[in-house]
Amino acid sequence: MTQARYDRAPGDSGRALGPPQSEVLVYTVGLTLAVLLTATSFWVANTSLLWGPGVVLGLAVLAIAQMGVHLVFFLHITTGPDSTNNVLALAFGVLIVFLVIAGSVWIMANLNANMMPMGEMMDLHMQH
Amino acid sequence: MNVAVAVHDVQSEALIGAAEAGPAPKRIVVAYGFWIFLLSDIVMFSALFAAYAVLVHATAGGPGGAQLFRQGTVAIETGCLLVSSYTCGMMSLAINSRGRVGTYLAAAITFVLGAAFLALELREFADMIARGAGPQRSAFLSAFFALVGCHGLHVTAGLIWLAVMMAQVAVKGFVATVQRRLLCFALFWHALDIIWVGLFTVVYLMGVAP
Repeated sequence: MTQARYDRAPGDSGRALGPPQSEVLVYTVGLTLAVLLTATSFWVANTSLLWGPGVVLGLAVLAIAQMGVHLVFFLHITTGPDSTNNVLALAFGVLIVFLVIAGSVWIMANLNANMMPMGEMMDLHMQH
Repeated sequence: MNVAVAVHDVQSEALIGAAEAGPAPKRIVVAYGFWIFLLSDIVMFSALFAAYAVLVHATAGGPGGAQLFRQGTVAIETGCLLVSSYTCGMMSLAINSRGRVGTYLAAAITFVLGAAFLALELREFADMIARGAGPQRSAFLSAFFALVGCHGLHVTAGLIWLAVMMAQVAVKGFVATVQRRLLCFALFWHALDIIWVGLFTVVYLMGVAP
């Protein structure tokens, strides 16, 4: 009756009452997955077995997966109700990151595509 | 017995909801605030990533990524940072069980691995500048040094922070303030590793991919 339900601090595992071995196991599983994903990334970037244009997409997927592994196993971000605030802040951060990167790349690619070629620009200058 | 609790929470009567429990402990408030800071730091990195992605082909006739980057060095750097993130987690566990020896040992390994990462990165930078590929050579290299250098500065700050925290553990012991600062340090160090994942993928692997 007296135990209060607070949010969980980001980085706290929430398993403080469990045996410490299980927490070591969580970090070890995270490290193993991260090493596997990193090794796969380096292999994908250097192999000639895969279809060239797909490599960049594959690398992006592997990187996002590894970021997820780090968030879950090292930062202990979960979907539990005590972690809702942490997840909402993270979701907002991810939204801003997506807007900044995708928006910049999109707009700058558009500007580059619509820019007058250098030669024509020089001709215009010469006419005056 | 709170009536509202009984109405709302029939299944788990043992727990009081966050609204009735009063202000959260300082550890939760501090860690949440630091989490917000880290997310804003990641937003700042996203601007540098965007600048790099826009300028990656603007080499101005100078060397591009494929000629400059050495994957062997990057793989070792990645391994150093990854394992240091793991030992940082081990340090958090040692702190939770108040083990001084374990804390010092894990912190020492974390520090050495972080310093090794930094040494490799600085050697890579010095090598590039010696070959005439400094930040003033092209827009691509300016963006590269801004992005990777900013991450390196964060690692440097983390190493100084870790050394200061170990001094605080030695002098003050595991008091609540020191524990909160160590929690924030662990968050910072894990977040740096997450940024490095994006960095080695976008800069080094996509830069040399066919």
